[in-house]
Amino acid sequence: MNRYISNTEEQRERMLKEIGFDSPDMLFKDIPEDIRLNRSLMLPGPLTEMELSCHMKRLAGKNIESGGYSCFLGAGAYDHYIPSVIAHILNRSEFYTSYTPYQPEISQGTLQAIFEFQTMICELTGMDVANASVYDGATAMAEAANMACKITRKEKVVVMRTVNPQYRKTLKAYAGFKGYEILEADYQEGTTNLSDLESLLSAETAAVIVQNPNFFGSLEEVAKIADLKAKYQVLLIICVDPVSLGLFKTPEEQGADIVVGEGQALGNPMSFGGPYLGFFAAKDKYLRQMPGRIVGQTVDRNGEPGFTLTMQTREQHIRREKAASNICSNQALNALAATVYLTLMGKQGLREAAYQSLQKAHYGYNKLIETDCFRPGFTKPFFKEFTVRSEIPLDRLNHDLLKEGIIGGYALEKDYPELKGFWLVAVTEKRTKGEIDELAEKVVEIR
Amino acid sequence: MNRKLIFEKSIKGRKGYALPECDVPAQAIEDIIPKEYIRIEEPELPEVGEVDTVRHFTLLSGLNYGVDNGLYPLGSCTMKYNPKINEDVSRLDGFTGVHPDLPDSAVQGCLELLYKMDLFLSEITGMERISLQPAAGAHGELAGLMMMKAFHQYHGEGHRNKIIVPDSAHGTNPASAAMVGYEVIEVKTDSRGNVDLSELKKMMSGGIAGIMLTNPSTLGLFEENICEITDIIHKAGGLVYYDGANLNAIMGITRPGDMGFDIVHLNLHKTFSTPHGGGGPGSGPVGVKKDLVPFLPVPLIQYKDGQYIRDYDRPLSIGRVRSYFGNFSVIVKAYAYILTMGAEGLRHASETAVLNANYLMHKLKKNYELPYDRTCMHEFVLSGRHQKDIGITVLDIAKRMMDYGIHPPTVYFPLKVKEAMMFEPTETESLETIDEAAEILMRIAAEAEENPELLKEAPHRTPVARLDEVRAVREPVLKWHAKNKEK
Repeated sequence: MNRYISNTEEQRERMLKEIGFDSPDMLFKDIPEDIRLNRSLMLPGPLTEMELSCHMKRLAGKNIESGGYSCFLGAGAYDHYIPSVIAHILNRSEFYTSYTPYQPEISQGTLQAIFEFQTMICELTGMDVANASVYDGATAMAEAANMACKITRKEKVVVMRTVNPQYRKTLKAYAGFKGYEILEADYQEGTTNLSDLESLLSAETAAVIVQNPNFFGSLEEVAKIADLKAKYQVLLIICVDPVSLGLFKTPEEQGADIVVGEGQALGNPMSFGGPYLGFFAAKDKYLRQMPGRIVGQTVDRNGEPGFTLTMQTREQHIRREKAASNICSNQALNALAATVYLTLMGKQGLREAAYQSLQKAHYGYNKLIETDCFRPGFTKPFFKEFTVRSEIPLDRLNHDLLKEGIIGGYALEKDYPELKGFWLVAVTEKRTKGEIDELAEKVVEIR
Repeated sequence: MNRKLIFEKSIKGRKGYALPECDVPAQAIEDIIPKEYIRIEEPELPEVGEVDTVRHFTLLSGLNYGVDNGLYPLGSCTMKYNPKINEDVSRLDGFTGVHPDLPDSAVQGCLELLYKMDLFLSEITGMERISLQPAAGAHGELAGLMMMKAFHQYHGEGHRNKIIVPDSAHGTNPASAAMVGYEVIEVKTDSRGNVDLSELKKMMSGGIAGIMLTNPSTLGLFEENICEITDIIHKAGGLVYYDGANLNAIMGITRPGDMGFDIVHLNLHKTFSTPHGGGGPGSGPVGVKKDLVPFLPVPLIQYKDGQYIRDYDRPLSIGRVRSYFGNFSVIVKAYAYILTMGAEGLRHASETAVLNANYLMHKLKKNYELPYDRTCMHEFVLSGRHQKDIGITVLDIAKRMMDYGIHPPTVYFPLKVKEAMMFEPTETESLETIDEAAEILMRIAAEAEENPELLKEAPHRTPVARLDEVRAVREPVLKWHAKNKEK
């Protein structure tokens, strides 16, 4: 007997008898004989809790985790501080064992938390409406491109080559199979080449997608990109680092129509790439084309305020093939983590996390340049991530640093063959001066 | 009751965090960041303490109902018990603290787990390889349909653009098909709840890309003609897609691969016990037969020379459907579940799920109409048509169930059945719980006749009464406005 199944053998027999069956095999009589498995699945187990626990610890022990290391690797996943409270709230089983809040009367907890999340995303981005989350930053961007094509009834989207390569790859799959065309605008000195961008724009362009700070960590000249909007009647989609918004101007002030991004940095661990949190916000007038769930405030039959899922005629379970998207499950628990994070950090804390990341990244940049092992990479203004050009082969550098307890930066050549030796280094508020100094020292030793 | 929003609990200057002092020499911001980038108006985030935060969210959690509170028989959602040890192991630092861009040699544990999960799920479904990248069921559908399209294009049959979906299908099926530019054609269900074979045959043409099926169907019935169906589609040059939402009925008993399916997605957050989290994160692995393996998303995890590696060199791949490798922590929980259960445990789970459903169906069919009176699989569909005749909707019945402390079934789905109620008790519910639920539903059926107002005004014992969803749409309030604070 398995401990997750309560019924005893005697109860089973009683139930079978009650429904008029002699054996459990009769339950499956509608399954044609020739497709029955008639053998046991070849799987390991069963393991008891103690055995499982040992096995899992052994597996986890084969990974290098950031706890014992100082992490200077970012490139889309960041080692920011995660307050202890978050795990405790997420561990409340009324939150994590509940389903999508389709029955609002017994889901007010989830619904109110999402309403608060939507508000926070609007506050950070300056947008009018936000949804309850999508899978991650990459799919948020792909959904935004689809939405822009539907709004404008045009089928071309221009994306900057400075956008996260994984996001662009996702965008290409989503758009390509749908039948939309994706064009890529090149960069110069680490930010978008505006004349190349303009050469790709036409009356058929639905939207322009820019990431700010971009994949290289550099700040894009978004104002100049936004200036092109009116001339070509395009929508501007901005992908942002939410932590940067503690310090930086909102995408709304920069001319965004749709804002998307990766919310992992808001209280979610790196977890080998997931689950993360795609956030999605837009101007009011595009509400009805937005993908994903949205929570609204209303009243109950006694006139008391309450929350419910709303604007559901956009969604697949109502509109089927005409829905704004196929998304159903989202990242509700990760959105809850972000909501608790933004609550704890609040106005001052988010600003301070952003401020310290900015200061420490700049300190780190200067330290690395001082070692003489690096030349400057791109020299545009940056937030928490920057590039330097290494004389030392990056594979060897990262390998040797790891042995010293340091997780080194990202080799941009993997995605940009022309950027040989470019090292993308992330410094969050978690890194100490000591850790940054040690990085510089070890680099000198390794050389 | 204190139902304030967190923003309304904010006190200027209060803090719920502490960061160490900035220990690097600070530069003036304007020296490093051009002025035009700097934010002037601060975001209206709450300013509350740690205690306030914990109390606020603890209060909210108490307004929710989860599997740990009681029976949650939502059809097609498989709300089984979420084992606690799986939560613990998924939170090991050696999993949560791992950066996804570390070299293969530094993440052998993560890669081994993903590789083995591919093996396990391939064995369970009868597929050749599985990608764990999709983040949810609908996302798995999308990836699967992209592969279907890529496969046809590769074979010079890019003109195939029609996909068949039964009238009982999940809404995500047609919606996912539309996302890859397919035209959706609906096939009807016959009087036994199977796909109407003669209609299906008439639909065959050179333009058919494939069919999407859930088996058991959303009516909770095993498709008796499944082999004929896959045969008809294959002969027409199409592919057969398996929506794995209902796999909980058949683990170790039959496999989609053996039924003739070419592409399969699974919902780890249904069949493999990972929690739904109030709407996510889920995980929707997608598997394929041998001919489709080249089209799987990148990277595929391989085992080579004693090392687990990420293989990106796959020229025919559809690319990516998201960043990194999937909802990893969710996959860890499902992996732990499979190891705990083993082959016999999984088979036992399916058998018990089917027995529990048949038992509950048997008990309820006296009081509620059973539109398809067959042996059901892990779920079954009742109709509240008789109750509707006396002015009681299934929504009223659902809301009344809350008063008795159990979660309602899925209602108004499948669309094909009028006043549908779809029950899925799952294998983790005991006989006593199911008997109690049956009694409650019988009592509600009696109340519908004797005291209909009790149902129409339900629920009575929940944190809020029935909500005005029409008003929520007509006068959308989708966020809190900072200016409200001043009032």
